[in-house]
Amino acid sequence: MLDNQSIKDILFAQNDTLEFSEENSAFLNVWVAPEELHSLGLFLRDDPRLRFDYLFCMTGVDWPTEDTLEIVCHLRSIPLGHQMVLRCKTGSRDNPELDTLSDIWPTTHMHEREIYDLFGIRFKGHTNLKRLFLDPSWDGHPLKKDYVDEVNLIVK
Amino acid sequence: MHGTERFTAAVHQWLLGMFSPGAAHIAEMVLTGLAYLAFFAVAGLALVYLERRIAAFFQVRLGPNRVGPFGLLQTVADALKLVAKEPIGTKKADHFLYSLAPYFLIISSLMAISVIPMGAGFSAFDIDVGVFFLIAVSSVGVLGILIAGWGSYNKYSLIGALRSGAQMISYELSVGLSLLTMILLVGSLRFSDVVQAQSDYWLIFKGHIPAFIAFVIFIISGTAESNRTPFDLVEAESELGAGFHSEYSGIQFAFFFLSEFINMFIISAVAATVFLGGWMPFHIGDLEGFNHIMDYIPGPVWFFIKTGFIIFLMMWFRWTFPRLRIDQLMKLEWKYLLPLNLLNILLMAFFVWKGWYL
Amino acid sequence: MRTGTLFDPIEQDLHTDEYKINMGPQHPATHGVLRLILTIDGEVIKNVEPDLGYIHRSIEKICERDNYRQIVHLTDRMDYLSSHINNEAVCLLIENALEIEVSDRVKVIRTILDELTRISSHLLWWGVMGMDVGALTTFMYGFREREMINDIFENTCGARLTMNYNVPGGLMWDIYSGFVRDTKAFLKHFKPKLKEYNDLLTDNIIFRKRTEGIGVLSKESAIAYGVTGPTMRGSGVSCDIRKLFPYSAYDRVEFEEIFMQGGDTFDRYLVRMKEMEQSIHIIEQLIDNIPEGETLEKTRAVIKLPKGEFYQRVETARGELGVYVISDGKKSPYRMKFRSPGFSNLSVINEIAVGHKIGDFVAIISTLDLVIPDIDR
Repeated sequence: MLDNQSIKDILFAQNDTLEFSEENSAFLNVWVAPEELHSLGLFLRDDPRLRFDYLFCMTGVDWPTEDTLEIVCHLRSIPLGHQMVLRCKTGSRDNPELDTLSDIWPTTHMHEREIYDLFGIRFKGHTNLKRLFLDPSWDGHPLKKDYVDEVNLIVK
Repeated sequence: MHGTERFTAAVHQWLLGMFSPGAAHIAEMVLTGLAYLAFFAVAGLALVYLERRIAAFFQVRLGPNRVGPFGLLQTVADALKLVAKEPIGTKKADHFLYSLAPYFLIISSLMAISVIPMGAGFSAFDIDVGVFFLIAVSSVGVLGILIAGWGSYNKYSLIGALRSGAQMISYELSVGLSLLTMILLVGSLRFSDVVQAQSDYWLIFKGHIPAFIAFVIFIISGTAESNRTPFDLVEAESELGAGFHSEYSGIQFAFFFLSEFINMFIISAVAATVFLGGWMPFHIGDLEGFNHIMDYIPGPVWFFIKTGFIIFLMMWFRWTFPRLRIDQLMKLEWKYLLPLNLLNILLMAFFVWKGWYL
Repeated sequence: MRTGTLFDPIEQDLHTDEYKINMGPQHPATHGVLRLILTIDGEVIKNVEPDLGYIHRSIEKICERDNYRQIVHLTDRMDYLSSHINNEAVCLLIENALEIEVSDRVKVIRTILDELTRISSHLLWWGVMGMDVGALTTFMYGFREREMINDIFENTCGARLTMNYNVPGGLMWDIYSGFVRDTKAFLKHFKPKLKEYNDLLTDNIIFRKRTEGIGVLSKESAIAYGVTGPTMRGSGVSCDIRKLFPYSAYDRVEFEEIFMQGGDTFDRYLVRMKEMEQSIHIIEQLIDNIPEGETLEKTRAVIKLPKGEFYQRVETARGELGVYVISDGKKSPYRMKFRSPGFSNLSVINEIAVGHKIGDFVAIISTLDLVIPDIDR
């Protein structure tokens, strides 16, 4: 089991463009550039020191003030026991696109569909990227902050 | 002459006194038909009631207990509800086959029931190929299920129907062969002869080892024939909804429902007749006094007690066992029951040849 | 003249087709409004595609509107069979974020109720599991015992299913005077029943044949698909949050984390059966010495979490429930995510069901123990 500093050192040696933060969070947060998301994912899973094989939570966040969407993946290593959060911000808010992680952690297959459904982030390389919960004809992505639905969503 | 025989003879005389012989014959046929229809309905309702009460007993609850004394009228009320309901089917169904299917089942079970002697001389017609006739007629029922599944234009129904086809054709063999084992002992296919042969000992005691094996096989394959748990793959409610009768409602559904229970009755009645002596009272060797007391209980009562016992056994299975899978079902029949059955026939033939029976 | 190629004339004229059937949204085996689109060749399953959203209420969006006290009430509509544990997850998160230390009394009572919830949930699962493989009686047996737990819940907080007994800072009110007596009576009644269950279903030859070697979930795919809870432990992976990241009073009780190595339907079944024994064991350790103390710490009327991110996990009857909150310091969360156990457990279905028959498929989804509102949220 590695502490946050050791994970940070290993990752920094691998890729020096990563941003790290432990502020206001229980885990080590690592931001990665969209184009390096997939390769870092592979590294996290396969590196014998890290072995983050268990992705237990994946979600999206909308940051309208920064004009970006973000995905947040909580990772744990089952054999080693350490944890971290992998985060990636999309370039734009209107046409968000990221590489899929579903070939690295198959569990994200469903999570990415959910994120696509509720945030509209498209995942390149995903084999079955369809809306998961909502009807295919649904307009908009509900968890975005500027989503308006006067019929179904009552705002007090 | 037994009481039941006297009764039928009296009715016969009475009709002859009233009509010409030809008309009396027709009147007899009509009366028998009506009697069987009435019996059919009453037995069906009674069995449904029984099933529900016994299920409740196994499941630590009460079962129907509000309508009528002990809830006896509950099934009548349910039947009335079903009759009053509008039949709703699918639009794309093959309407001719869809409407035809329930009658196949109900008629085949009605015909099958007619050869079973419920007392001395108490069967609609006592033909010399009775056992054969019963097996032949009861296998017509599977056509009804297949047609129902095909005609309702529903994938679940179709799966259920095809399962049923595979199941019925396979288990038909075991039913037939296990009955054949006992026929070897009797030497006649006529049901009244089969019962008559058991006036000293029931066949299950007479044929001892092979007879007991045949009895067990018959109960297993009979349960499968009547599509009941653990062989209820045809309906398999957790897998197929309601299987072949998913798309039926109202009176058509009631027909399927009723015929299932009547089939159970037939299987039990045949088991009781062929293995447990039918309407013959229980006799122990030379215990004259005991045998005499037993003789006082009329034949039909014996018949229904024995049938009821087998029915209870089948209900017990239903509320205890999980369901088999389709390949396990086939495996059980073709790999275990059928070879065992064939060996058992040889064994029985050998015993009969050597005279090693009671 | 015939050429040398092999072909079957029957196969040419009467070729077989794969076809699709809808299992659900109204189907007895899916236990709710889950729709599974099965591609089938005869009886054999070729592909499974879940179609979700029939009970999607967008709880996460509602959370962004409501305040923290209200959010607690939404959580027991997710996995309604472990509502108490769901409530606890949010309450623990708020308490940790605000650094409120609840008394030992609260911790112990929460833990006892957690385990009662777990038993009750497993009992329902057991009953339904039996029903799915065709043994209808198990359902009634399971419910008979479950009723006693529900009575305890009802006496404790007024509700039998969606309990809402946990509030941020402790419990809604103290336990009722007969709580200890009733819980002990339940344990006394329940212990011999587990043997009865094993006699009725576990040791039944048909049941064994129906479950052993069916739907094998390997250790590797269990991890890769993020499976949790008893489903994961059936494959031999340690993932019990109660052991790994203890919360409430789990750090002061002795219990075993149940593992099976095979990963088939029967192993998943056994894990849950043995977990009930462990739950009894946990309750027995706590029930006699519930410490005295405050049951509700003082909190502000409107709870505001500090700026930051919080993650709290608990072990529900189905596995790890994670609550992830991004707070911007206001009275509602900026973003709230529930990582529900059913969601990831469902995603593995295609992996383990393909190649099995419809009858097996029903048994497999039964041992995944899905609660649909938990998946859809």
